[in-house]
Amino acid sequence: MSVTLASSAPSATCALFVRGLRKHYDDVVAVDGLDLDVPTGECFGLLGPNGAGKTTTIEICEGLTQADSGEVVVLGQRWATDANALRERLGIQLQETQLSDKLTVEETLRLFRSFYRRGRTVNDVIALVQLEEKRNARVVTLSGGQKQRLALACALVGDPELLFLDEPTTGLDPQSRRQLWELVESLKAAGRTILLTTHYMDEAEQLCDRIAIVDHGRVIALGTPKELIATLGAEQIVFFAVDPSATESLSAEALQSIASAVGAPRAPRAADGGWELQVAAPHRAIPALLGELARRGLRLAELRTHSPTLEDVFVTLTGRALRDE
Amino acid sequence: MSNSIPSIELYAAPTAGSGHGDHTDAPRSFRPALVQLVLVRWREFIREPEALFWTFIFPLLLAGGLGIAFRNRPPETVRVGVLVAPRSGAHANASINVGATTVPPAALDLPAILKARPTLAVDVFTDDSAAVRALRTGAVALVVTQTQPGMAAYRFDPSRPDARTARTLVDETVQRAAGRRDPVTVQERTISERGSRYIDFLIPGLLGMSLMGTGIWSVVFSIVTARTKKLLKRLVATPMSRADYLLSFIIARFVFLVAEVVFLLGFGTLVFGVPIRGSLGSLAIVCILGAFSFNALGLLLASRAKTVEAVSGLTNLVMMPMWIFSGVFFSSSNFPSAFQPFIKALPLTATVDALRAIMLQGATLPAVAGQLGILLVWLVLSFTIALRIFRWR
Repeated sequence: MSVTLASSAPSATCALFVRGLRKHYDDVVAVDGLDLDVPTGECFGLLGPNGAGKTTTIEICEGLTQADSGEVVVLGQRWATDANALRERLGIQLQETQLSDKLTVEETLRLFRSFYRRGRTVNDVIALVQLEEKRNARVVTLSGGQKQRLALACALVGDPELLFLDEPTTGLDPQSRRQLWELVESLKAAGRTILLTTHYMDEAEQLCDRIAIVDHGRVIALGTPKELIATLGAEQIVFFAVDPSATESLSAEALQSIASAVGAPRAPRAADGGWELQVAAPHRAIPALLGELARRGLRLAELRTHSPTLEDVFVTLTGRALRDE
Repeated sequence: MSNSIPSIELYAAPTAGSGHGDHTDAPRSFRPALVQLVLVRWREFIREPEALFWTFIFPLLLAGGLGIAFRNRPPETVRVGVLVAPRSGAHANASINVGATTVPPAALDLPAILKARPTLAVDVFTDDSAAVRALRTGAVALVVTQTQPGMAAYRFDPSRPDARTARTLVDETVQRAAGRRDPVTVQERTISERGSRYIDFLIPGLLGMSLMGTGIWSVVFSIVTARTKKLLKRLVATPMSRADYLLSFIIARFVFLVAEVVFLLGFGTLVFGVPIRGSLGSLAIVCILGAFSFNALGLLLASRAKTVEAVSGLTNLVMMPMWIFSGVFFSSSNFPSAFQPFIKALPLTATVDALRAIMLQGATLPAVAGQLGILLVWLVLSFTIALRIFRWR
């Protein structure tokens, strides 16, 4: 995994090239020296908690926000000199746009289509986002998932070379999320370049070829989901809880000794009223853990294991959970 | 689903894209974005029943209501009270008085005399406190009492105009009934000329007010709502021309304007016979210039506001002085002359004055050049400042 990017100029196949991006609002630093490289045809994800600077970053790339400093090259062009040409080539979905309630799906898309010199037909994109039955329905009558698909259709109607999706599934029910994922996957399959932001690790894992984990306006890890998870060096995450459930019942020193007894690289981390332990070989680590607990006279109340996820990567890197829920 | 996606060329160079499949919906019309934006304005307007009400129905209701309230009608009747002594004791008292003073004119039958006068409505009281109450509450304008034959007392509040009218009428009636003769013979000829009635004054005022209301609110609401919903931000992320967006309001407004003006003026001329003495062309030019000035003012008001609440307050603050000072309901010349330069500079005053001059006095465009100039200044200044400070996000 390499967070430092070597090249200082965009290559010919680079759809998005960002170097040293900085932006602050009043006394809050939103983006703090961020670098990105998105090659053509890739689905690239910015993963991070709310307030990490993802939206500010994507809006700078979309030409909606001015950076304090740094370099942004989009599709070989720059906002300062080629804004009009660039807008023709990008498809954008903002995080919280509400389209006009009084227009129908078709009218909304006709409006957006009229802004682009080139693009796809309105019928085409309606079929693409599966809103045929809602073609003549007013936007106000659409469900959250349908509104989001309409927003995606608005982003696609100009037949963009690069698609920006900011939190495309936030606030959607599981079924609508899955539907939107399928849509994004079909766009990926068609070879479209996509930059999306999300704070759902499962979404990033499912959709993105590569992910930049963003925290406090910086990229703290970069790679494919597999690579990122592999950096943990753990095959399984073991969760255990002891009786009485108080997490304070184990001293730091005790936790460290548990970790070394089971051969875990890091001390267990408090979570959900119990402890999480990253282990490389569960078939050896779990018996060792049970033995160590028994030796200390602790009664096991709960034991679970799961495969490591990007959430675990984020927690390991920052010590915080991705979603503060 | 992937089979429904036409394959696209990967990005190679900024000029790439010739291979993009189907690029047109229909033959490209003239300025498609502008056409679509105007259609959107139109659809948003006609799909908002409340907007239709405030634009078309409300001015009509106002004109109808005020036209009826201030219509020309036969001279109003004045209600007066007569206090007579209760029947039982009255005869005793009267006979004593008559006997005592032996004044030649017999006791006049005041209720009958006054009732014979068509412009007087008469209430008869037998109880003094009831008469006083009626006087206090304004149920009658004056109470007349025959204190003794040959003498009468009037009770009224001289600060009330109808009471003064009542005094004149009652006194004249009583004196004539008692035998007064007028030395001069008078002939009366009344007139009611079209163009000088209140409704004639009112209709151009209401038209101006309506131009201001719809002109400002239509722009303000659309833009600020689009801004709060982040729709404005979404639109500027597309290649949409910002000028087209702002222009769409003015063009769409033009369509509503024709409907609005024809509707209100048609109502005024057909129902109340309000005259249009000047040329329709001049009238149209004043309406258009007025409407665009208010559009530009709306644009200025909406240029920064982030919430509908904030802009509503601001808009009311701007419109309030014009409702009061611009002479919609009564002539602005009622205000002190020190105020007049300020009042004349208001866009609504200019619109209403020009409309009245053209409709009622048959003025030509050069005669209202001053007002047109004021409107033009408002239009250009508001639009220029609005464009400079407009917040697109």
